[in-house]
Amino acid sequence: MSKAQNTGAVKKFLYINRRAPHGSNYAQEGLEMAMVGAAFEQEVAIAFIDDGVFQLKRGQNPAGAGLKNFTAAFGALGDHDIRDIFVERESLEARGLRAEDLLQLVFEDENGKRAEKSAVQIVGGDELAEIIARQDVLLNF
Amino acid sequence: MKFAILVNEGPYTHQASDTAYHFAKAALAGGHEIFRVFFYHDGVHNATRLAAPPQDERRVTERWTQLAAEHGVDLVVCVAAAQRRGVVDAGEQKRHGMDANNIAGGFRISGLGQLIESGVRADRLVAFG
Repeated sequence: MSKAQNTGAVKKFLYINRRAPHGSNYAQEGLEMAMVGAAFEQEVAIAFIDDGVFQLKRGQNPAGAGLKNFTAAFGALGDHDIRDIFVERESLEARGLRAEDLLQLVFEDENGKRAEKSAVQIVGGDELAEIIARQDVLLNF
Repeated sequence: MKFAILVNEGPYTHQASDTAYHFAKAALAGGHEIFRVFFYHDGVHNATRLAAPPQDERRVTERWTQLAAEHGVDLVVCVAAAQRRGVVDAGEQKRHGMDANNIAGGFRISGLGQLIESGVRADRLVAFG
């Protein structure tokens, strides 16, 4: 990805994932877009709400449906310096999911060492609303 | 104001492309600028010149082509989404050794960076679908 295309300005991009991972292509192409946003040196955060929280569920194997398990690529978000991954608590609870059901996603800290702490932050709907209000560009998938 | 537009759905099944088109027309009529229209997901299907809707129906792709011709609006189709769905220009045809291309006038195929740039440079990025 050419940095020459970067205009120099940095904006806050939030990618909001609302849909389950494999029944449509929105999740996979949304993830591709988020990674491109980070490659263009924008401030990228990702949020998962509603059925979107299923995208982060660990142990997925959609091969039986003839699908590639693109969710493995979530593990590369840290390599793209994406450190803020928000999951709405109410959406998780409504679907019987807990934090330990989700993929462990980490990022590189300032010293170039892989941080132990998860990039995933489980936040309430009210807090997520405040996070959304702070963004420059919102993209829903 | 400088707008960028994102179209995420194909023509006819969903209203998104129609609404985006009317939004663009109204914005231009109101003296605003359209920095770019970016087509993603099934939105890339708006860019095929091989659609032949019934005579008495609106012609979604031709409307976009006309908008580009009359106002110089930049219509960009995501290359990755287009490759999955078979929207092909001459360059992609050659690169993949295909026997045809189908992109309509006024559209060009490029990368997702063009959308990120739209989000950065436009005052508002408005998504449809």
